[in-house]
Amino acid sequence: MPLDHPATHLTGTVTDLQATGLAKSFGKARPVFEGLEFRIRRGECVALVGANGTGKSTLLRCCLGLITPDSGRVSLLDQDMVTIKGPARRALRARTGLVGQKHNLVPRLSVLSNVIHGLLGRHSGPRYWVQGLAPAAARTAAFAALDKVGLADLALRRADQLSGGQSQRVAIARALVGNPRFLVADEPCASLDPQAGEEVMALFISLVKREGVTVLFTSHNVQHALSYGDRILGLQGGRIAIDARARDVSAQDMARLYV
Amino acid sequence: MSDRSLPMRFARPGAGGFLGYLAVVLIILWSLEGAGWSADRLISSPPKLADFFDRAWPPSTHNLDRLAWKMVETLQIAIAGAAIGIVLSVPVALLAARGVLVGRGVSLAVRTILGFIRAVPDLAWALVFVVAVGLGPFAGMLAIVVDTIGYCGRFFADDMENTDPGPAEALTATGARRLDIAACATIPAALPAFVSTSLFGLEKAVRSSTILGLVGAGGIGIELKVGFDLFDYPTAMTVILMIAVVVIGVEQIGAMLRAAIMGQAR
Repeated sequence: MPLDHPATHLTGTVTDLQATGLAKSFGKARPVFEGLEFRIRRGECVALVGANGTGKSTLLRCCLGLITPDSGRVSLLDQDMVTIKGPARRALRARTGLVGQKHNLVPRLSVLSNVIHGLLGRHSGPRYWVQGLAPAAARTAAFAALDKVGLADLALRRADQLSGGQSQRVAIARALVGNPRFLVADEPCASLDPQAGEEVMALFISLVKREGVTVLFTSHNVQHALSYGDRILGLQGGRIAIDARARDVSAQDMARLYV
Repeated sequence: MSDRSLPMRFARPGAGGFLGYLAVVLIILWSLEGAGWSADRLISSPPKLADFFDRAWPPSTHNLDRLAWKMVETLQIAIAGAAIGIVLSVPVALLAARGVLVGRGVSLAVRTILGFIRAVPDLAWALVFVVAVGLGPFAGMLAIVVDTIGYCGRFFADDMENTDPGPAEALTATGARRLDIAACATIPAALPAFVSTSLFGLEKAVRSSTILGLVGAGGIGIELKVGFDLFDYPTAMTVILMIAVVVIGVEQIGAMLRAAIMGQAR
């Protein structure tokens, strides 16, 4: 059953993400959301759901510091994501990852080079720009990440020669190669057909659960949210309408978010 | 059937639009007057033009080997100048592209400098470098370098600003530095456009290099000037035809390479 008051059911110990009074608007338009309060515990897999235009993607980007909120705080891995700057912010981001709905691979580069780019938060410089120059340890780590998503034999294929499902698996490998603590996935299956979407989602969730990564993902697929999320955050009218354990949320509760 | 009437084929301009059209026509008429428009001189020109072609035809073949070597020198000026200019354009463009390495202020300053470089004609740059390094092809090559930076630097920057921001955002989220993001996401995405712009830059350099000799900056242009100064129109015609063949050839090769690399669309 949905809870009216956010996060009151949580009893976990370590909080990886805590949003307090978060608000964001673009221009003079009505705020996309305001006064958002929620927290995500370590190792939790949280599904963020809501109709188009409710600010799910904006909220994810605020959490990673890619968009600055108008007001409020985002505490990510015990650091204030809104005020942190420079090398400290890069160091914090090196412990996070983003999987986008468009996969966002560099089309002209090899699959292995794309995965190695996931290490750029920890290692900088030309040796990490293409796989041919990369140190052995980086190549090994990237290859192992590719193996986990079942694409080791496509390591040297150009990224623009992959199918949609393969591209998304590479994007997942890139997000995981740096051993992130917190991962954000923005509709990771939106551009895939239902079967590929199911396979990618199952693989993604099994990998992050195995690695103990905290995950915040968005999805328009109600079944994905209920099956793979430990908890549901539902956005409606710029506010959190649902904050509850997935098993306490019904499909009807979810359907009301899209009215 | 609805009783709505068929819409007009063309919208009638408002008062502001009418005044705008009128202003454009007046500016063109004013410009023609300033440019010394003369119908009499235009009508009387065909016989003079025919006389020139009569005296210039057939083209001279007496100094063909010397002219051919001058053409080779012209191409060397163009290729060397364009190559150096294209390479230097990449870091310049990184500073001119907003949001890639730098913010609005630096980008605006670098784009202003690039605008100044483009505003000065290549012949003027050649004159400047003739003063700086003396007569000869080296001055011409330096003029081509600067001209190419002005052209490629601006368009490389535009190409980078127009790339899909998704890959760069994904790397930003991992904590990558801006230079790493530019090298790994922005530049590879813009590479086909870079190649196309570079080929246009090379074509432009070849066209420019053919006339740099007019101000003593090397290449075949000096032969054209001497031909006209000495009324040796057959030699001048030979030079004109050689320039046309080389420029058209380079443009054709450039078009083929562009099509091979990028397909029909730029």
